[in-house]
Amino acid sequence: MGENPVLTTVFALLYYVAFAIFAGGIAYRIYEYARTPAPLKIPTTPAPTTRAGVVWRMFKEVLFFESLWKGNKWIWIFAQLFHASLWLILIRHARYFIDPVPTLVTLAQPFGKYAAITFVLGALGLLARRIFVPRVRYISAPSDYLMLLMFLGIGISGISMTFVSPVDVVGVKAFFLGLITFNWQPLPSSPNLLIHLGLVALWMIIFPFSKLLHAPGVFFSPTRNQVDNPREKRHVAAWALELERKESA
Amino acid sequence: MSELEKNAEAAEVAEVPEEALNEPLYFDMEPKDGASAHIRSFPAVEEFQEQLGYPGERPENWQEVALAKMDELRGKFRSFRLFLDICVKCGACTDKCHYYMGTSDPKNMPVGRQDLLRSVYRRYFTLPGKWFPSLVGARELTEEVLDEWYTYYFQCSECRRCSVFCPYGIDTAEITMAAREILDSVGYGMKYTNEIITKVFKVGNNLGLPKPALESTLEDLEEEIEEDTGVKVRLPLDEPADILLVTPSADFFAEPHIDGLIGYAKVFHAAGVKWTISSYASEAANFGMFIGSYENMRRIALRIRKAAIDLGVKRIIIGECGHAWRAAYSFLNTLAGPFDFLDPKYPVPQHICEFTWDLIQQGKLKFDKSQNDHLKLTFHDSCNVARASRMGDYPGGQFDIPRNIIKAVCNHYYEMPEGTTHEATLCCGGGGGLLTDDLMELRKKGGSPRMKALKQVRDEYGVNKMAAICAICKAQFTKIMPEHGFAVDDIMSVHQLVSNAIILPGSIQEKELMEEQGQAADAAE
Ligand code: HEM
Ligand code: SF4
Ligand code: SF4
Repeated sequence: MGENPVLTTVFALLYYVAFAIFAGGIAYRIYEYARTPAPLKIPTTPAPTTRAGVVWRMFKEVLFFESLWKGNKWIWIFAQLFHASLWLILIRHARYFIDPVPTLVTLAQPFGKYAAITFVLGALGLLARRIFVPRVRYISAPSDYLMLLMFLGIGISGISMTFVSPVDVVGVKAFFLGLITFNWQPLPSSPNLLIHLGLVALWMIIFPFSKLLHAPGVFFSPTRNQVDNPREKRHVAAWALELERKESA
Repeated sequence: MSELEKNAEAAEVAEVPEEALNEPLYFDMEPKDGASAHIRSFPAVEEFQEQLGYPGERPENWQEVALAKMDELRGKFRSFRLFLDICVKCGACTDKCHYYMGTSDPKNMPVGRQDLLRSVYRRYFTLPGKWFPSLVGARELTEEVLDEWYTYYFQCSECRRCSVFCPYGIDTAEITMAAREILDSVGYGMKYTNEIITKVFKVGNNLGLPKPALESTLEDLEEEIEEDTGVKVRLPLDEPADILLVTPSADFFAEPHIDGLIGYAKVFHAAGVKWTISSYASEAANFGMFIGSYENMRRIALRIRKAAIDLGVKRIIIGECGHAWRAAYSFLNTLAGPFDFLDPKYPVPQHICEFTWDLIQQGKLKFDKSQNDHLKLTFHDSCNVARASRMGDYPGGQFDIPRNIIKAVCNHYYEMPEGTTHEATLCCGGGGGLLTDDLMELRKKGGSPRMKALKQVRDEYGVNKMAAICAICKAQFTKIMPEHGFAVDDIMSVHQLVSNAIILPGSIQEKELMEEQGQAADAAE
C-alpha cells in the first residue's frame, strides 16, 4: 500500500474544512433554534407536567423512537437497526481519534464490527420503503435517495475494510491523530478507505444544511420538550411582551 | 377571475357527486394525485380582510410580501422554523390524516401538506434549495403555488393527529396556521373564518347574536327547564357573579348544543353557585387560532379578560368546545394573563367537565341513571381536547373526566376501536375553520374514518348515540351522520346526558324518584 503526499494533503485539508462546516454549522443551527422562541404552549398531549417528566419523554423519543413506534412498526424496525448500529459504529470509531483507547470503546469493538452490517441492512430497508411504498415514494426528493445511498456507500466501504481487504488501521489512526495535533502523517491510500473517508467528509459537510438536522433538532421540538403547565405558569415570548407593552403605552 | 365567478365555481364543486358517497368508507392507501384539488373554500372579500388588519387585495409585490412574512414567522415561531428543517421524510405520518384517508390525495398526507410550503422555504431560505433546487424538491413561489396553498391549507383541520406519530412531533397544524397567516398577508384569506372573527369583534360572538337575542333565548330556556322540572333554574346574563361561563355561541341555539347548556345551568343550580354569561364575551371559540394569527387570537382572548373584570367574577369556566378549550387552557394565560385578580384556589380557566366531575366526586349531584337507559353510548374525543390540552391534574385527565361523567349518568357505555380514540382520536372532519358549506364534500370525506369506527361499535354492541364535548364536532356530526345511516340527534352533548339524569332538589323528578323508591321499599316489606 503506497503513500501519496498529494492525497494526504487533499484529505487533510478536506477534513479540516469538513469539520469546520460540521461543527460550526451545527453550532449555528443550535444557536438559531435556541434563539427562536416558542411563543405558545403546544406540547402534544398527554404531556408531562414536570421538567423531569419531559426529560423522560425526550429520552424515550431519542433512544427508542416512542412516537415512531406508535406510528409505523416497519419504519421503526429499520430506523432502529440503522440508528442503533450508527451509535455503536460512532463509539467504535473513537479509537481513531483517542489514544490510549478508552475501555468503553474497546468493549464496543466486537459489536461494532457487526454493527456495520446491521447499519447497511437498516439503510437498505429504509431505501426499499422509499422505492416500493407509493406514499413514501411520493414524498421523496432525489436528495432523500442520495442521502441513503451515501450512508450505504459509507457502510459498504467500511465493511469491505473489515471483512474483505483490510487497510492499515495503524496508519489511519496516525493520520487522524496527526490532523488533531497539526503534525500531518501520511494517509494509507487504499481505494476503499478513500471512498469511505470521502463520503464521511461529504456527510459532515451536508449535515448542517440537510434533514440530518433532525438529530440536534428533536431536542428543540416544542411539541415534545414543553412542560404541560400553561395554567400554572404564564408562558410569554419576548416579542409578545413587547406587543403588550406597545399596546398599553 | 372575479370574486363572484370564483364563488360560483366553488359553489358548483361543493355539490357532492353521487359516486363519492358510494365509494368505500375508509380509503384506498394508494395516493391519487389531485383527487381533492377541486375542493376549495370561498376566499374572503375585501371588507373582512381589512377588518382583521390584512390587505383587501393582493398587492403588486405579493411574492415579496409573502416571503417577508415567512421570514418573520420563522423568527417568531420555533415550531415553524424547526419543523420545516428537520422532517426526514420517513413517511410515518403519511397515512394518519383523516383527509388523506377520505380523499387519497397525497397533498393531504401531513408531510405532503407540509411540503407545499417547505419546497418554497427551501428555495428561498436554504443553501441547497438556492443552489440545487430540483435535487431537494425546492420550487419558486408562483401564483399556482399560492392557489395550491389556499386549497390544501384549507383542507387541514389542525387536529394534530399527525404530530402524535411523528418521531419529532412535527405538527402540521403549525405549518397550516403559518401558511394561512401568509395567505392573509397577501389578501388571500378565507371567507368563513375571517367573517366570523369580524362578527366576534363587532357583536361578541361567532354567530352574531346580539344581546337582546341572547336574553330572550336564555329566558326561553329558563321557562323550558321550569316546565320540565318544576324548578326555577336561572341562566343569568351580564349579572355580577362568582363564575363567568364562556361557552361556544352554538350552545345558545343549535341542537344538541343547547341541551348541553341546559345541563350546565342545572349543574350550577345544584351546586348553588352564582354564575353568569357575558354578552360582551358570549363566545368561547377563538378562530384567530385557526388562521394562525397571534394578534387576532389575542384580541379575541382579551374579551374574556375584560368580561371577567367588568363582571367582578372569581372564576372562569369554559363550556363544551374543543378548540376553544385549547385556546383557553393552553393559551388564555399567555394571551390575556396574568389572572391574579381571580380566586387562586381554582385553575384559570376551568372546563365545565372539571367542574361537574368535582361535584360528582364530592357527592353533591344526584342522578337517576335510568333516565339514560334507552341510550347506548360511545364518546368521541375531540382533537383539541385530546391532543392539545388537559383536564384535571394529571396527563390524560382529558380522556378520563368526560368518560367518568358519562359513566356516572349512564348505564351503557362502550369504547370505539383502539387507534380511533384518546390521543389517536379521529377528527370529526369539520375542525380548524372548515365547518362551512362550501367545504361539504371535504367534510364528508374527512369524517368518514370516524363514521367507520362508529359503525363498528354500532354493529358490535348496538351503540346508538355518540357524545362529544365540542361545538364544531356536534355541528359537523349532525350534518354527516345522516349520510351514514344515523339520525341527526344521534350526536349528543355530554351535559345533555347530565341534564337527562340529574335530580334537582325540589324537582318533579325528585318526587317521582322518591315515590318509586317508596314503592320499591313497600314491595320489599
Ligand atoms: C438524537 C439523535 C437521533 C435521533 C433521535 C434520530 C431519529 C431518527 C428517526 C426517528 C428517523 C426516522 C426513521 C427513518 O427514516 O429512519 C431518522 C431518520 C434518519 N436519520 Fe436519524 N436520528 C438521530 C441521529 C442521527 C444521526 C446522527 C444521523 C446521521 C449521521 C442520522 C441519520 C438519519 C437518516 C439519514 C435518516 C433518514 C433515513 C431515510 O432516508 O429513511 N440520524 N432519524
Ligand atoms: S412523520 Fe414526521 S419526519 Fe416523518 S415524514 Fe412525517 S413529518 Fe416528516
Ligand atoms: S393536523 Fe390533522 S388535518 Fe392537518 S395534516 Fe395533520 S392529521 Fe391532517
